[in-house]
Amino acid sequence: MSIATVVGAAPSRTASLVWFAAHEARLIWRDFAFIISGGKTRRVAAIGTIMGLFIVAMHALAAYLIAPVLAGGIVADKATLLMVSGGLAMFFSLMFSQAIESVTRAYYARSDLDLILSSPAPSQRLFQVRTSVLTLQTIALSVLIASPMINVLIYMDGWRWAGAYLVLMSLGGVATSVAVLMTLFLFRAVGTARTRFIAQIIAAVVGAGFVISLQAFAILFGQGMSRFALFSSADSVAAVPNATSFLWLPAHAVMGDAASIGLLFIICAIFLVSVIAFSAQRFSKDVLATAGMVERKKKVSTFKGFTHDLSLRAVLRRKEWKLLRRDPWLISQSLQQILYLVPPALMLWVNYGEGDGIYYVVVPVIVMAAGQLAGGLSWITISGEDAHELIDTAPVGMRTILTAKVEAVIAVIAMVVSPFALALLFFSPRAAVWMLFGVSLASASAVLIQLWFRSQANRSLFRRRQVSSKAATICEALVSILWAAGAGLGILNGYLFFIPAVFVAIVLSIAFFIRPRREG
Amino acid sequence: MILVELYTTNLACRIENNITGSTTILNWPVEELFTKHVDGTESGFLLVYEKFFELGWASNMTKSIALNISGLNKSFDRPAVEGLDLKIFGGEFYALLGPNGAGKTTTLRMVAGLLEPDAGSIEVFGTDVLNDPITAKSKVAWVSDEPMIYDKLSPLEYLEFVSGLWGVEAGVAEKRSLELINWLGLEPHATERCGGFSKGMRQKVALAGALVHEPQLIILDEPLTGLDAGSARQVKDVLLSRVENGTTVIMTTHILEVAERMAERIGVIAQGRLIAEGTFDELKGRTTKEATTLEEVFLDLVESGDADERLAA
Repeated sequence: MSIATVVGAAPSRTASLVWFAAHEARLIWRDFAFIISGGKTRRVAAIGTIMGLFIVAMHALAAYLIAPVLAGGIVADKATLLMVSGGLAMFFSLMFSQAIESVTRAYYARSDLDLILSSPAPSQRLFQVRTSVLTLQTIALSVLIASPMINVLIYMDGWRWAGAYLVLMSLGGVATSVAVLMTLFLFRAVGTARTRFIAQIIAAVVGAGFVISLQAFAILFGQGMSRFALFSSADSVAAVPNATSFLWLPAHAVMGDAASIGLLFIICAIFLVSVIAFSAQRFSKDVLATAGMVERKKKVSTFKGFTHDLSLRAVLRRKEWKLLRRDPWLISQSLQQILYLVPPALMLWVNYGEGDGIYYVVVPVIVMAAGQLAGGLSWITISGEDAHELIDTAPVGMRTILTAKVEAVIAVIAMVVSPFALALLFFSPRAAVWMLFGVSLASASAVLIQLWFRSQANRSLFRRRQVSSKAATICEALVSILWAAGAGLGILNGYLFFIPAVFVAIVLSIAFFIRPRREG
Repeated sequence: MILVELYTTNLACRIENNITGSTTILNWPVEELFTKHVDGTESGFLLVYEKFFELGWASNMTKSIALNISGLNKSFDRPAVEGLDLKIFGGEFYALLGPNGAGKTTTLRMVAGLLEPDAGSIEVFGTDVLNDPITAKSKVAWVSDEPMIYDKLSPLEYLEFVSGLWGVEAGVAEKRSLELINWLGLEPHATERCGGFSKGMRQKVALAGALVHEPQLIILDEPLTGLDAGSARQVKDVLLSRVENGTTVIMTTHILEVAERMAERIGVIAQGRLIAEGTFDELKGRTTKEATTLEEVFLDLVESGDADERLAA
């Protein structure tokens, strides 16, 4: 090949949509490969096996849940359409929440944007590709979650259920499109500096809010704590339009109606393509605006002088609380976890004095939420350190620093859980004791895992929980679930507590075994 | 020519280095009062130290060595520091120069306790960094080219936190902090969160953090990178005033003019080894070419293949 050929070929290749798509695909693949392997190829086989087993288990669980429903036959009546629509709405809220996160990140992340925007390549095409990729990522998560259910339905009840995949794709496109439009609107309405913060809050609240509000409604109407209780109630079914209404288009599509699938897909595709074309025009300008963005300087409270007689640990704890309080992203994340405590709180209120059965549900939810909150807080407190070199060069032992950080986290957990503990004490001291026991164990386990998996990075790099070790996140979630089960079983019979405790010991042993080894 | 005066009255020794024009006061216990002129053809401070040691005038003179590195080794994928020996004296302004990847930052990170050496020893004012890191760290401040501050804290809150880490009494810390804030021109921003600060302002906050606990040894890794002329001048002035007050400063920099003008002694490191050391004039004398600037001296020393031989000589 002559030099002239190479030089002549370059501009047309760099200008093409396919070239950008190939560039993006390569970056995504390498990110994915790193997440899976953690930089170590040996891990791929182990993770592949675990994922394979997990997928099989999820399909088995789906089959177990669906088989009785299919035995009775599924018809597109109002009750079924309401149930399916409710499920789709939950998936949409999940996709929308994820899309907001991804879109905001795409606008604010610099990475290679400065290079591309300063090159002669048409940047609009890059943004068209990036929005398309965001759509695919949004769809992928929901497809992954829903696939066991859909696959089992296809296997047991026929290919008509395959349309559910197309419906998820259509909804994923709409979710991403709405997220893009919302971000563009926020840019203009509140400016670049506040858009990210507001978008993060919306993503957190939407992600958790829909499911939680459904549970809250279900509890208030005395139907128990089920995500689908509201949809299956006779009152709800009576209140909705009849089965031929256009409102049920997505539900009909999921249930295999070819015309509904086609119509839904075309409408959503047109909407997505229009939004991609429109936003690509604006993207370049908005991204450039974020580049020059400077965080608004805020005056802190009037200087009242340095605080006297503080111990070293108190100094460290104060700093941690100050940083936690001033981190809007963390507050939004914590808010999401605290929101999960709303349904059990409502349940306590609604069922005041109506027997012990309620505590088997309430206590585990609180224990699990506390474990998750402790994990999240300790992860950002222990590993997220903006001035880690300052801390490392200070004449303070690492044990003292970590102790203070853990104390700061535990104090926050205690503050969040205390109202529930006090309320439970009035209703059932036994349940309150088991709750506190469970919360302590779940929090301690989560903190322990985060200590084992601690890394050092600036807090700005911890904006997304995904940067945390996947193994740590999974172990932490498992341990929280198991301690929650342990506390629930403990109320029933103290000896039953030891069953999940044994599994916790196994999970913690695995976490300890696979923890990253540190130098020295 | 080095003028050495020893005083039995206050058990102190004053050293005037008439090559650099600097004066250093060292707390060396000595037996008698005298004034002695020492031939200053070699590195003045080192010669004085060796003379004193030979003559047995001071039995515990090692206490006045701010930093004593011996046989230091550190490898990552390849050796970063190999058998490094380095002595820096109390109250000295020492510049450590070297090309990219020479091992400067690795060396200083080991001194600051941020990296563990594979072999060798590091003593800071007589304290073994590896065996007693807490005591050693209490004497040292570390300032890197990327300022280590919290975006969510104001400069005053940051200084309060740093003072707490180093155990400075709150009243003293507050007074020093306000002085430093004022001195570095940060007063209008003292209660604003650092998140919106420019690189220069962030570096000044970090420097204030390094000074608020009054360390005996300040280690700076490229502290002037990215600073405008005004900020760089302020940082340099602050450092020089600290050296005048007896603080030891070790600094790496790629701005050779700064090293030439500020440092009493300059060490040149390449491929993890110290290839030359001395005052600017002494380094000039070691080059093969006729060099007039430190840049020329530095490039000649680094590029020439027989650097080790010259050091041995």
